[in-house]
Amino acid sequence: MREADEGMTLPTRSIDETRRDFLAKLGLGACALTAIGAALTVVDYLEPKVLFEPPTEFKAGNIQDFPDGTIKFDEVHRAYIIGGQGGIFALSAVCTHLGCITRYHADEGVIACPCHGSRFDPEGNVVHGPAPKALPWLQVKADAEGNLTVDTSVVIPHGKVLKV
Amino acid sequence: MSRSLLSRMAGLVRDSAVYRSIVRHGAADTNRNRSLIVFENLFLHVHPVKVREKTLKFSHTYWLGGITVSAMVVLICTGILLMFYYHPSVPQAYRDMKELKFVVDNGVFYRNLHRWAAHLMVLGALLHMVRVFYHRAYRPPRQFNWVIGVVLLLVTLLLSYTGYLLPWDQLAFWGVSVGTNMAKEAPILGPPLRFLLLGGNIVSENALLRFYVLHCVLLPSALLGFLGVHIWRVRKDGGVQGPPEPPSDDDEVEP
Repeated sequence: MREADEGMTLPTRSIDETRRDFLAKLGLGACALTAIGAALTVVDYLEPKVLFEPPTEFKAGNIQDFPDGTIKFDEVHRAYIIGGQGGIFALSAVCTHLGCITRYHADEGVIACPCHGSRFDPEGNVVHGPAPKALPWLQVKADAEGNLTVDTSVVIPHGKVLKV
Repeated sequence: MSRSLLSRMAGLVRDSAVYRSIVRHGAADTNRNRSLIVFENLFLHVHPVKVREKTLKFSHTYWLGGITVSAMVVLICTGILLMFYYHPSVPQAYRDMKELKFVVDNGVFYRNLHRWAAHLMVLGALLHMVRVFYHRAYRPPRQFNWVIGVVLLLVTLLLSYTGYLLPWDQLAFWGVSVGTNMAKEAPILGPPLRFLLLGGNIVSENALLRFYVLHCVLLPSALLGFLGVHIWRVRKDGGVQGPPEPPSDDDEVEP
């Protein structure tokens, strides 16, 4: 009788403990899921959904304004619109080193960055470091009347000039 | 005559229910009561009840941790004063900075005090670390506190950096443009992290507001939390560790 009792009680106890462990794990898991969910909603919340930044596409004048050798700097959109190489092309004015805005120096014929001294030629190639890459070329489009549109978010291969 | 009146009045105050409800220990007449004064005071209890005399010597720690904490207290006080005039918006932030500089009474004093204390805090933290390193105070049992110290240095540098944007002048704008572009170069997490930090693709009004919240709420709270653990660990690990003991004459030296 006594042995039978022990035989009965032991497995019951171990089942109880397993159940307690299981519930504890379930509770911890639920807490962890809630914490992860809360963290995800916070990250999502912190990501702005509407930005009031200048549009990437902008009007850049007419083809006739850009004869060979013209360089126009658009300060708001951070781009150069250049007449040359038998057509028109646009360069990003954002230095490829750490994002400062470059300026064109007509007397030396170079684009220079004020922050760390990088220099580029008017085609965007690096003349002097620390800039690691050439200035990207940006997409230029012309409509039937020759009105130009530049998109700073579309980078095109170097040397792809809009032929006039 | 008057003395006995004074001591009678002091006795009345000491025995009153209100005084007894605030101060539970007696006068500082015994070592036990002196200890209780420290134990039962929120502000004093970060100090050990007893210290070795040599740890109070300047050359023991060069007071560098204390100097850093003092700079932090100055920064919190002057920072709160600056917040009374500052709006984290464009272009008001720059105007407020100019107003503090040229219009507000003592504004330039408190602004400069904030700036110089910030420099002192970074310098103090760095020198404190150098001191701990050369005194071998980072060794067990203090290795965990060294790690807390490194975290404190990082939080201090982040505070210094987020404060850099707030004047919204040219230096601030390009400093943060360059710094966040460095962060962008981190693999995979870099670009989304920069976007979240700036609240956009460029350094704009969103970035100013985010840096303001980081500078005035999140980072100071983190700093105070870690500082609490840091000082508590100093106590738990047996007080401040000064220079290692020089070898005594009894030590045998191998020829």
